[in-house]
Parts: sequence; structure tokens; C-alpha cells
Amino acid sequence: MTASTTSHPVIQVSGFRKTYGRTVAVDEVSFSVNDGEIFGLIGPNGAGKTTTMECVEGLRTPDRGTISVLGLDPFRDVYKLQDRIGVQLQQAQLQKRIKVWEAMHLWATLYKRKVADGDRLLEQLGLSEKRNSWFMTLSGGQKQRLFIAMALINDPEVVFLDELTTGLDPQARRAIWELVRGIRQRGKTVLLTTHLMEEAERLCDRVAIIEHGRIIDMDTPENLVDRHCPERTVLLATSAPVDEQCFRAIPQVEDVIRQDLKFTIRGRGDDLVTGVIQCLSENHIRVTDFRTVLPTLEDVFLKLTGHSIRD
Amino acid sequence: MMLRGLLELIWIEVKVFAREPMGAIGTVLIPVVAFMGLGQFTGGALETPRTGGGLHLNLPVFAAVLISINTVLSLVTIISIYREAGILKRLRATPLRSYTILTAHVIVKLLLTAMTLAILLLVGKRYYPAGMHVRVISFTVALMISTVSILSIGFIIASMVPTARFAQPIGSAILYPMLGLSGLFFPISALPPTLHSVASVLPLTYAVSLLNGIWQGDTWSAHFGDVGALIIVFVISTAISTKVFRWE
Repeated sequence: MTASTTSHPVIQVSGFRKTYGRTVAVDEVSFSVNDGEIFGLIGPNGAGKTTTMECVEGLRTPDRGTISVLGLDPFRDVYKLQDRIGVQLQQAQLQKRIKVWEAMHLWATLYKRKVADGDRLLEQLGLSEKRNSWFMTLSGGQKQRLFIAMALINDPEVVFLDELTTGLDPQARRAIWELVRGIRQRGKTVLLTTHLMEEAERLCDRVAIIEHGRIIDMDTPENLVDRHCPERTVLLATSAPVDEQCFRAIPQVEDVIRQDLKFTIRGRGDDLVTGVIQCLSENHIRVTDFRTVLPTLEDVFLKLTGHSIRD
Repeated sequence: MMLRGLLELIWIEVKVFAREPMGAIGTVLIPVVAFMGLGQFTGGALETPRTGGGLHLNLPVFAAVLISINTVLSLVTIISIYREAGILKRLRATPLRSYTILTAHVIVKLLLTAMTLAILLLVGKRYYPAGMHVRVISFTVALMISTVSILSIGFIIASMVPTARFAQPIGSAILYPMLGLSGLFFPISALPPTLHSVASVLPLTYAVSLLNGIWQGDTWSAHFGDVGALIIVFVISTAISTKVFRWE
């Protein structure tokens, strides 16, 4: 799923800066998104994710830097660009009393290019039964699904999703993730923002971590974890007492904590787990439980910024 | 293609408006009910008797100006609600031209104005035995010109309103005081010099003069000045709006 280096960039942002009055919202931001990948801008609220995304969409003008999307300048060619992209905005609403099918129909008339079948989109997104319902009567998850349907109505080449699952319950969230993977399978490029590290880890091919308006690192979630959080932990339980020294002898191990028959073995590098397994096998140790704990993007964020993303 | 978008947006806004009874009642019924009520008060005469203080009111013109102001207040309200809810922003993130979005709202409000005026004229036939003899087309056109001009100020007001909750009160606080100096109740000539010059820069003054004149059977050529003033207000307000209008 990782983007290959040969695919050409669909979005290119370089040296981008945006200020609101005296506040610098985003500074020196550069990244590129390749064709067919899901790229995530991740960071806490107020980090500059939405500002960046809205400049790429052509809704705001950058103060400095260049942005190119599908070879177009989002500021100069805004209408041409918007015909080819699909947008879901953070915290957007529709007219309270607009019906679901009316919204789809209206959106379908706004694009010059051939549009997708609105009813089929509603069906794929599980909204067929809500076709005649007013927007105000939809649940949070249904509203988000409608916004996804509207973002896909013009069969866009690039889809922008801003904090797509904020405020949804875990079940609705998982359903939406499945939909986003479906968008990638249709060959579309996705740029999304999220402050949920789990969402980024599960959906994104690559992520850029933004903090105080700057990108502090950018890579695949796996590479970011390997680079910044090489710590690995193995939790295991044995059927009979074992001398913890045999675990300490493994080169990658840094710390062993023992509680009766339970061991917490900490170390770094991917070889730690192999080392532990070899040690168990060589010493014929019978194991009743074996788990590995890998660091997540959450840990990467904590390491890079010194605080949790929710602070 | 974008004409299709405009027409579709207008149609949606009309439907959405009709689905919200309170908004429809407030905007349409208030001028009509005021007109009917005043008719009871004057015993069916279209004008209040002239008093010593110069207070004098042409009821149909008064009702027409109310329609216009109500229409503008309803525009200010809907624009601020749509802005707050992110609807304007969501529409902007489509190939729809920004001005098309606002044009749709203006057209919906003009349709509303025409509809309310039609109801008013029908009611007039019934409640005012003396009858309302007016060139309907000319009066409608005059009201449309006035409304467009004041609507353009509405966009500036909509930019000043901090949240949707303040739309109605702030809009009213700006528009209703203009009524007092517009020549609707007192002739402009009866005002003290300072207020006189204030009145001469208020767009409602020209709207009232135009509507009064057309009602009394004046020719359009007699009111070139009023129409010109209303057009200037429109051009200036639109120019200001393009600078100060807030989409979010």
C-alpha cells in the first residue's frame, strides 16, 4: 500500500505560509501527495491542518509559497480545480430542511464534468432509506456519509476529507474508514486531516505530523514509528518459574520486570522479539501467554512534541 | 451550465423557505396584516387624514416599504445563518461562482417581495372599498428597484453581524430608523436642516419618494433622480460588499 517513488505527485506544496493578522497559522510547509495514495495531515486542533487543506482546495489564499493540484494553481484556476476535486469540510452543515436527494441533485448540477449516479452513491453509502429525509433529521454518521457522497458526486480525481470522523461513535467511525479505503480502491487520491492517531495509522499510506503550523516529520506510519520509537515490549507468562537472567542476556533487551510468572521485557529494535523467541526455545521454556506491544503514532507524537495530542 | 446551477439553487431555496412556516409567516404576513389592520383604523381609506403636525401616511406605500425592509431582514438573517452553519463555505467549495450563490438569494427574496405585494393588492381589493387604483406593473417595478437597492445594503449588514442570533436585531436597528426620516410619515421638507441632509443620503428616502410618486400616478421620467440614487446605492453597496463580505 505504500506509495511507490515512481508515481507522480498530484498535490505539490512548497514553502507555504499563511498568517491571520499577526498569528502565523502555517509556515514553511512543504509536502507532496502521490497519485492514488491516502495522505494524512495529522496534529492537534489548531496546528494548521485545516488552513493548509483549505489553501490546497482554493478556499484560502496562501501568503507565500506555491501550491499545485493536478497541475493547476488553486488560486488562479479555482473553478477549474473545483470541478475536478471533491471536498468534505470540517463542521459544515446544509440547509436544515433540504432533503437528501435534493442535496445530491443540486450538487450534481454544479459540476461541468459528467457526474456520478447520485442514487447509486446514496445506496453505496447506506443512505437510500434517507433519500427523502430532511438534513436536520440525519444522525451525525449519516450527515458525514452524505458529505462523502457529495464529495464524490463529480467523480473527482482528488478527494479532501477534513476531520471526517470527529464526533462519531467508534462503530460509525469504522464504517467511514471502510468507505475511505473504498475511495482509494477507485483509484482516487485522498488528502485527509485528523487528530486521531488511530485513524491515521489505519487509513494513511503516508502522514505529515503538523505542530504549531510546521511539519515536524513526514513518512509512512511504520517508518515514523521505527525511526522515533524503536522501543519494543514483550509480555509473556511462563508455566514454571524462570530465571530472568536468561532474558537479560539477549542483546536487544534493556529491562526485564518480573511478577511471579509474568515478565515484561523491554528493548529496542525489531530483533528483540526474535531474540526472546529464540531464548524461550533454547531454554525449553513453556509459555502460557505471549504478547508484543508496539509503539503507535500516538507515541511518535508524544516523543516529537513532548506532549500528548489530546493536551 | 452555471445557469442550471443558479436555477437549481433558487428552486431549492424556495422549497426550503416554504418548509419553514415561521419564516414564511413572519416575512409575508406581517406587512399584509399591518396593512389590513390600518385599513380598519382609517375606515377603509388608503391615506391617514392629514394632521396639524404633518403626519401623513399612504398605507399601500407604507406596506410596500415594510415588505422591502422585511425582505432585507430575512436576507440578512438567512445569510448569517448560512455563514454560521458553513453552508456558504460548502457551496463555495464547488465550481459555482461565489456571486451566483448570493444572486440566488437575491432572486428568491425578490420572488418573495413580488408574492407579498400580490397578496397585498388582493387584500386591498377586499379591505379598502375605495379601491386601489394603481399601475400594478409600474408599482411592482418600483418596489423591485427599491428592494434590490436595499438588499445590496443588506449584504453589508450581513457582513457586520457577528452571529446569526444578532442578525434580526442589528438589521432592524439599522433599517427601521431610516423609515422615520424617509418621508414616509413626514414630508422631508418639514424636517430640520440637519435631519434633512441625513435624509438625503438614506436610500429609503429615494425608495419612498419613488413609490409615493408612482402610486400617485407620476411618470417614470419624474423620478429619474430617485431611480438614479437607488442605482448609485446599489453600485456602491455592492462594491463595498465585495470587499467586506464574510463567507465564514
